[in-house]
Amino acid sequence: MYRYDEFDARFVAERVAQFRSQVARRLSGELNEDQFKPLRLMNGLYLQLHAYMLRIAVPYGTLDARQLRMLAHIARRYDKGYGHFTTRQNIQFNWPRLVDVPDILADLATVEMHAIQTSGNCIRNVTADHFAGAADDEIEDPRPIAEIIRQWSSLHPEFSFLPRKFKIAVSGSAHDRAALKFHDLAVEIVRNDAGETGYRVLVGGGMGRTPYIGYVVGEFVAKQDILAFLESVMRVYNEQGRRDNLYKARIKILANSLGPDEMRRQVMVEFDEIRKSGTLDLPAAERARIDAYFAPPVFETLSDEMPADGEGFADWVKTNVSPHRAPGYAIATISLKPIGGVPGDATHEQMDALAALMDEYAIAEIRVSHEQNLVLPHVRKKDLPDIHARLMALGLATPNAGLVTDIIACPGLDYCDLANARSIPVAQAISERFADLARQHDIGELKIKISGCINACGHHHAGHIGILGVDKKGVEFYQLQLGGSGAQDASIGEILGPGFGKDEIVDAVERVIGAYLELRRGGERFLDTYRRVGIVPFKNVAYGQELHAAY
Amino acid sequence: MPLIKEGKFIDDPFFFVPDGKAFPEEKGVIVTLARFQGEKDNLFAHRALVGVRLASNENPQVLKPDLPRLAAIVLEFPKFRDGRAFSWARMLRTRFAYQGEIRAAGDFLPDQLAFMARTGFDAFEVRQDFTLAQFHQAMTEITHPYQPSADGVKTIRELRAHK
Amino acid sequence: MAQMLTANRLKDGTVLYWRGEGWAETLAEGDVFAGQADADAALAKAQAFVAGNDVVSPYLFDVRDGKPVKEREIIRAQGPSVREDLGKQASSSTSPLRGGRKSEGFSGGGKAGAQNPHPKNASHFSTSPQGGGQESEPDVSI
Repeated sequence: MYRYDEFDARFVAERVAQFRSQVARRLSGELNEDQFKPLRLMNGLYLQLHAYMLRIAVPYGTLDARQLRMLAHIARRYDKGYGHFTTRQNIQFNWPRLVDVPDILADLATVEMHAIQTSGNCIRNVTADHFAGAADDEIEDPRPIAEIIRQWSSLHPEFSFLPRKFKIAVSGSAHDRAALKFHDLAVEIVRNDAGETGYRVLVGGGMGRTPYIGYVVGEFVAKQDILAFLESVMRVYNEQGRRDNLYKARIKILANSLGPDEMRRQVMVEFDEIRKSGTLDLPAAERARIDAYFAPPVFETLSDEMPADGEGFADWVKTNVSPHRAPGYAIATISLKPIGGVPGDATHEQMDALAALMDEYAIAEIRVSHEQNLVLPHVRKKDLPDIHARLMALGLATPNAGLVTDIIACPGLDYCDLANARSIPVAQAISERFADLARQHDIGELKIKISGCINACGHHHAGHIGILGVDKKGVEFYQLQLGGSGAQDASIGEILGPGFGKDEIVDAVERVIGAYLELRRGGERFLDTYRRVGIVPFKNVAYGQELHAAY
Repeated sequence: MPLIKEGKFIDDPFFFVPDGKAFPEEKGVIVTLARFQGEKDNLFAHRALVGVRLASNENPQVLKPDLPRLAAIVLEFPKFRDGRAFSWARMLRTRFAYQGEIRAAGDFLPDQLAFMARTGFDAFEVRQDFTLAQFHQAMTEITHPYQPSADGVKTIRELRAHK
Repeated sequence: MAQMLTANRLKDGTVLYWRGEGWAETLAEGDVFAGQADADAALAKAQAFVAGNDVVSPYLFDVRDGKPVKEREIIRAQGPSVREDLGKQASSSTSPLRGGRKSEGFSGGGKAGAQNPHPKNASHFSTSPQGGGQESEPDVSI
């Protein structure tokens, strides 16, 4: 993985000093809150319902054991003993004191971490396929280009005061595990007819009040041109994105109002100018230099046989172990969704124990997935039973990856100042309702995503079942959406109808799932059945009517 | 409004003339885009120093034919969140190779000064209580940038290559 | 409608409630304003604390019988409803909320009487700040 050199280290250290000075100026009153707020946001510091919240960047979701230990240390020393992994592969701490944040950032800097641009109207954390470098269906590891984009976008002087936040995702596989089509900009590694790899660039996807699926703005961008191309898109957005209405300020609105042809034309004008100047050329030597940081570990020659079962092992392998490109290896998903637990939370003890496990089994990296789980990308198959046993003791071996209890939920009204309703208790109640593992397997793949407000941090628009918490005259209500998908077959969920009260929502979800079980054919997943029969049968059932024989 | 240029406070050689007001006798003048477009020839004929003040939604490309004769362009920040002027400044400096003064005016934070300098601003209308020490700190907090911009300063990648 | 006044302490983000000429850390201790004039007067006084860089974002909210009307303010007064070991609800021996009403839990028709092969409250790992002991169950009512 990437290692800071003296320039990176100095950059982060200077940034820490800068923020320390900004905090001092705030406490002394030299800066008022209106002036300080954009500055603290650019360092990932929010003021939430109970306290400040610090969002720390985990670039392309990759951590090493040392960094994981530091996160545990921060949880213990400055917070309340736990952290929350987010749908953008970052980690959040919910209780830091403003006066401690400069020290937290200084501690992070010692392990090459920071909170730069995890909030604010700037380019945010670049996310990537959490199976990058390990998946057997990958063309190339997308993390080198993610790192290049990260550096290029760090304190970019022209794009730090955009109309709104800007999210970029990258993927190196046709199987989209990074939800590319719901991002402002997405970079997908593709191969052309001549066998060369380059980038397909998508623009204008997004969640929030008005979800959009992105479209192709660059069909095949040559590798040396990618930064010039991205800068071109950013420039069109910074110049023309709406500044008059907060809810229409994302690039998805501009991309939709210009349309693909006009957007491409304007991007090409900028692109031609930048390319002529050569200032953003990304030559092969530089690409190779960054690639080298992401060279995979040396894979031993090992038997590709899956070892014999331990207690619960077979169940865990079924859902939480994925194929690896090297024989004898596997990708292991560590569930942060224990039945009835808070999705995406991990205690400092769990973080430390995972770091120790990584060291013991010589697993150099751990990943954060946007589905709020952790991933060990390079695990020897023969080590899986022991690792599973260790994870079980830590409460991290719930065998539910991709199943109905593997729920994604934003922090919601329990934590977030923006929320209209709680989301975590909904996730917990659904999880407990469907706890039975046999039942979960019968249901099969079902991605439930819950957001506590229209900002959609729970990505509910991309849920097979999406749940949106709303405030109806001060009372929490929940709207159901069906048929969303964040994969390469991206779709936005369709709203079912009027919302359900908090005493009703779990029953409604159960009825909807019941309808699927009645209606499905062959090996259909929930999403497939929905796409075949449409919303009406589900709607009827959800609101208490019988399922018609016609379906 | 105190004006900082080349790292020090200077007397402003320009006078901003609001629309509809008469020009003063001495000094250079800065006018709005609308006024400039309406009175361009007159201004150039009778003034040694002519400048235009652009609102954040006014694209400087309309000034392209006049740039060689414009002594200054003022780019407004109506609200510090409105970051369009960073792109306008870059456009002027880089695309059009504009040599005159690019001035920042309006509501901006000291913490945006470094970004302004990088994108091509070289003059800054600051608050009454703003000091040169604060200016210097704002300009020097981050030593090396990652990405190229209008200032042509060596990026971290270029510095790496020369090690 | 009666109101109360809340804000966050600048230096550490702690939620505060207006009391007298200053601030208290629990809602139970906070002043209730029966009339708008009193509420506005307190809000005006609170601005001095904003100018003094002690607090940020003071605002009034509705209460009825001394308890917040909105769920948001109930949660803000107590702590996350899903972590009863955290926030004001954990650190006081009496409820931080007048009358002690908690945030209502979530219910459905009934829990599936299912096995739970991986109980989250594994005994040697807790999420309480003290670092030991059993993790508390979230308040999920049936």
